[in-house]
Amino acid sequence: MEKGRFGIHGGQYIPETLMNAVIELEEAYNHYKNDPEFVSELNELLKNYAGRPSLLYYAGKMTKDLGGAKIYLKREDLNHTGSHKINNVLGQVLLAKRMGKTRVIAETGAGQHGVATATAAALMGLECEIFMGKEDTERQALNVFRMKLLGAKVHPVTSGTQTLKDAVNETMREWTQRVEDTHYVLGSVMGPHPFPTIVRDFQSVIGREVKQQVKEMEGKLPDAVLACVGGGSNAMGMFYDFIEDTSVRLIGCEAAGRGVDTDKTAATMATGKIGIFHGMKSYFCQDGYGQIAPVYSISAGLDYPGVGPEHANLRDTGRAEYVPVTDDEAVEAFEYLSRTEGIIPAIESAHAVAYAKKIAPTLGKDKVLVICLSGRGDKDVAAIARYRGVQIYE
Amino acid sequence: MNSIEKVFAGGKAFIPFITAGDPSIDITEQLVYQMAGAGADLIELGIPFSDPIAEGPVIQAADNRALNGGFTADTLFSMMLRIRKSCQVPIACMTYVNPVFAYGAEKFMMNCREAGIDAMIVPDLPFEEKNELLPICKKYGITLISMIAPTSGERIRKIASEAEGFIYCVSSMGVTGVRQNLGSNVEQMVRTVKEVKNIPCAIGFGISTPEQAANMSAFADGVIVGSAIVKIVEQYGSGCIPHVTEYVRKMKRAITR
Repeated sequence: MEKGRFGIHGGQYIPETLMNAVIELEEAYNHYKNDPEFVSELNELLKNYAGRPSLLYYAGKMTKDLGGAKIYLKREDLNHTGSHKINNVLGQVLLAKRMGKTRVIAETGAGQHGVATATAAALMGLECEIFMGKEDTERQALNVFRMKLLGAKVHPVTSGTQTLKDAVNETMREWTQRVEDTHYVLGSVMGPHPFPTIVRDFQSVIGREVKQQVKEMEGKLPDAVLACVGGGSNAMGMFYDFIEDTSVRLIGCEAAGRGVDTDKTAATMATGKIGIFHGMKSYFCQDGYGQIAPVYSISAGLDYPGVGPEHANLRDTGRAEYVPVTDDEAVEAFEYLSRTEGIIPAIESAHAVAYAKKIAPTLGKDKVLVICLSGRGDKDVAAIARYRGVQIYE
Repeated sequence: MNSIEKVFAGGKAFIPFITAGDPSIDITEQLVYQMAGAGADLIELGIPFSDPIAEGPVIQAADNRALNGGFTADTLFSMMLRIRKSCQVPIACMTYVNPVFAYGAEKFMMNCREAGIDAMIVPDLPFEEKNELLPICKKYGITLISMIAPTSGERIRKIASEAEGFIYCVSSMGVTGVRQNLGSNVEQMVRTVKEVKNIPCAIGFGISTPEQAANMSAFADGVIVGSAIVKIVEQYGSGCIPHVTEYVRKMKRAITR
């Protein structure tokens, strides 16, 4: 396979100004990923700072209520900072520090990646600047303040649709401006090579733990693993260790917004076409002239017009399935899990919960489903209240 | 000698950039005629893109204006067919890789050739990925321009050795936009290119004043100016033509001295 490619997807479609930076990053990563000192420092942080391994929780009430497959929740929401994002960020910020960088920048959608980056930067003593679509700074105001508390500077992005896509644009622009002392902590399995590989490797701890935990609890492999997909980092982390285990269904749940037959959707796999954007060849929501489409989802973290290149290839090869989940279904699942299990999921993760609700009753009681609960839902409570017509402001 | 090589054969080249379709396709067409008459040696036409990651706020806004006006690659091709009836100024199109890829690279380059477009500049297609378009560009006789940047270092030699037409030297870090101070190692970048290959070097990003243009042309073969012109278009809208024409004349004079 060509370097940085997943089938035909991936690559390094970025301005020349950034090329030496990604080459330097690749070299550093290839060196440190096998460096025992780096690996042990990262594992130490994951254990004692982030709280890994995260729990695998048997959702007994939900299982009983749905009357089909046994449902487990991979509790990434219990990690420090409240989502899976910390797994990647600790790795990348540690790497940045080893590379002699003194400043990190990052994009964020829902704010979870921004919070995680600000956290790691605070811990490791690096300067931190976060780019966030202005619309997202409004719907995720609490996370903006959280990042500021952690010492980060937050730049509201006013270009384009003022959401995640535009935050990525602006972070890339900032990186071309100042690349010498700055590492771009990309938050998902996207962007130019080597980011999709680095982020997947750092997130693959999720699936590795799940495999071990399900084996201990059920004595076998799970029958299906589910995760929400925007760029696709928690899904890729969940899927990666199961790719060779072809009996395990890999199900990615993308944000359909108001529905895949409307223009208010962010379901890239269902509605997108192959394109080249944000450094990678993959699927993108776009018009016939290649203009990137404005996308929509209630979930700021899934409100992205593309998807990581490894997912694009898993789809092409048929190894993974990708299904659209609407706002309504996600909100309903958000409320359902809160009520049924006493766990408030992130609205992003609620997309995976919603699809599990659909398929669990159709599967036998001997089947095992694992949902990646990628984040906790505290950040979404006010937005869900507004969705239900209750005016709460954080 | 192809049309791009001829651009630099008669002395220092002045290369103005405008975003096609900003503020309208008619004004763009008139600007091409007038800039050519005012001494532009090559005109760079930007095909607007929704997410131009190498552009600063001025050209981003121009792209938005053009897209909001309904501009597409097809609009550009039909405009070029009209222009070519009376005006033979060499034209390079600047756009991002996705608009070309989505259109179908083969069909895009075929239309470029029919419409008399001489070259393509694609800022998110670095050396490592150039085969995405290069074989198709070659097939249709379109020169694919290579870019080098202040961070390129030793990559310059590799890029230059395979470059054709001219090399677009990015003067400074960051995105397009007017700057008071240009990068300090541009001259060295040009020198490195020339060690490897005798190919013209045009400098872009940040240049706006006649003084800057004159300074750059002391060691470069051409000067590219984008944001400063697009700003004039933004300021005067459909009345921009005389202002842009005068600016081009002034800049061309500055590098010809």
